[in-house]
Amino acid sequence: MIVAVLITPFTEFEFMRRALVGVIALALGGAPIGVVLMLRRMSLVGDAMAHAILPGAAIGFLLSGLNLVAMTLGGLVAGFSVAILAGLVTRVTELREDATLAAFYLISLALGVTIVSIRGTNIDLLHVLFGDVLAMDAATLMVIAFNTTLTLLALAVIWRPLIVECVDPLFLRTVSRAGAPSHLAFLALVVVNLVNGFQALGTLLAVGLMVLPAGIARFWSRDISGMIAVAVIAAMVSGYAGLVLSFQTAVPSGPAIILVAAVLYFVSLLFGPAGGLARRLFPARHLEA
Amino acid sequence: MTVQLQFDDLTLGYERHPAVHHLTGVVEAGALLAVVGPNGAGKSTLLRAVAGILSPLAGAITRNGLHPHDIAYLPQIAEIDRSFPISVFDFVGTGLWRSRGSFGAIGRKDRDRITHALATVGLNGFERRGIGTLSGGQTQRMLFARVLLQDARVIALDEPFNAIDSRTVTDLFELIVHWHREGRTVLVALHDLDLVRASFPQALLLARAAVAWGPTAEVLTAAHLAAARRMCEAFDDRAPACAAPAPRAA
Repeated sequence: MIVAVLITPFTEFEFMRRALVGVIALALGGAPIGVVLMLRRMSLVGDAMAHAILPGAAIGFLLSGLNLVAMTLGGLVAGFSVAILAGLVTRVTELREDATLAAFYLISLALGVTIVSIRGTNIDLLHVLFGDVLAMDAATLMVIAFNTTLTLLALAVIWRPLIVECVDPLFLRTVSRAGAPSHLAFLALVVVNLVNGFQALGTLLAVGLMVLPAGIARFWSRDISGMIAVAVIAAMVSGYAGLVLSFQTAVPSGPAIILVAAVLYFVSLLFGPAGGLARRLFPARHLEA
Repeated sequence: MTVQLQFDDLTLGYERHPAVHHLTGVVEAGALLAVVGPNGAGKSTLLRAVAGILSPLAGAITRNGLHPHDIAYLPQIAEIDRSFPISVFDFVGTGLWRSRGSFGAIGRKDRDRITHALATVGLNGFERRGIGTLSGGQTQRMLFARVLLQDARVIALDEPFNAIDSRTVTDLFELIVHWHREGRTVLVALHDLDLVRASFPQALLLARAAVAWGPTAEVLTAAHLAAARRMCEAFDDRAPACAAPAPRAA
């Protein structure tokens, strides 16, 4: 019975196996990005970017229907444009990044939904917004694997300036010019991973598999390496359990995966050893020194 | 004596309002220079410019071949995110940036240097602690350890002893004297005139412009200090453009 619920979907159906491999790859790339987003206080920026890629994906959809390559390319172009524009506006003007991005993402969301509804049905809109595991064919998987590899390699390259810029931006400016390029590269990685999450999670929830695992990780570790490990595992578990939930209940895969992550999030919030609520409400006796 | 820093009719400021006005002079290599003056005199602004964070409105700074990145700078209010999950060891290790850069591996020798720097500032045993767990004085010790690792020819410290207890001041000042003995050029913005009189051979009394610059005893006279207080008038939104002749084109 338990086997039938938890394992059989994956042994029986090839699309479930593909989806599982897909979400595992998504977790590997997206979770570290999410941790850095959180530490840079940019979680909502990630959310804004998720909306910003919609018109690009929608134009891809308009031109060639539910064609994944076209939608991915469109999303990348739109996301990069907004990320680079917002990044530049922030660095050149007084306007903060959150305000710039909020403006861009509201415009993009309205534009994107309008474009999809011009051509597609409501079902199409639902797929674009919330994901469809059935859409994960072999070609899509290759794209996801490629993007995850690219993400991990690029993160390794920009890691040091990225982290030092979070901790002590002024110091980084006195020793290196890598701050601005690594920030822009990081924004580009956010876009890549959002587009990556497209098929499994949908445009609106793609950011969920970055932000929620990062939030979970914060309650389990006080060290950045530990946080990333916890975040990756949390994202993988959410992906797997969400696929099972989606398969058994016919809920779209995106919301199912994010809801599982949400359960993990609340459990961590309550019982996490690093600042969870239970520790606060029932503190252990203080130490001698 | 070789010249380490040369200020050439240097004007620094924000939005065209000068904070340091037409400063000319040289800092010799190996100097231990106190930069003193009332609040708003331009001490921090001058150090920011030395570190290359602020570009001059007019005039120039010559660093005798040094890149601004080769200058260790400790700001008055460090913009550190103390909630960031990074250990004291890793944080201090960023002081090796000049030799290790974005990619260089931190080997055993580097680890020993970091450990040694932490021991020098009296933070042994704090390696694995998160930076958010340190007190104000301990944070300042940690920042000094990073400056130590930066191994810079020029060190600019902006009010390093604000809100720091006397024991910590003594320990950290010893380090400054040590840097001076090693032949490094050290600039320290300070408001503790007794400390300056007792320990700094040279002083620059700043009040937007230089009031006096030279041996400390000749700079910190009652007349000079009174003049400095008078010269720090408020910034005026409708001030006319400065009439001094424009500096020669570089």
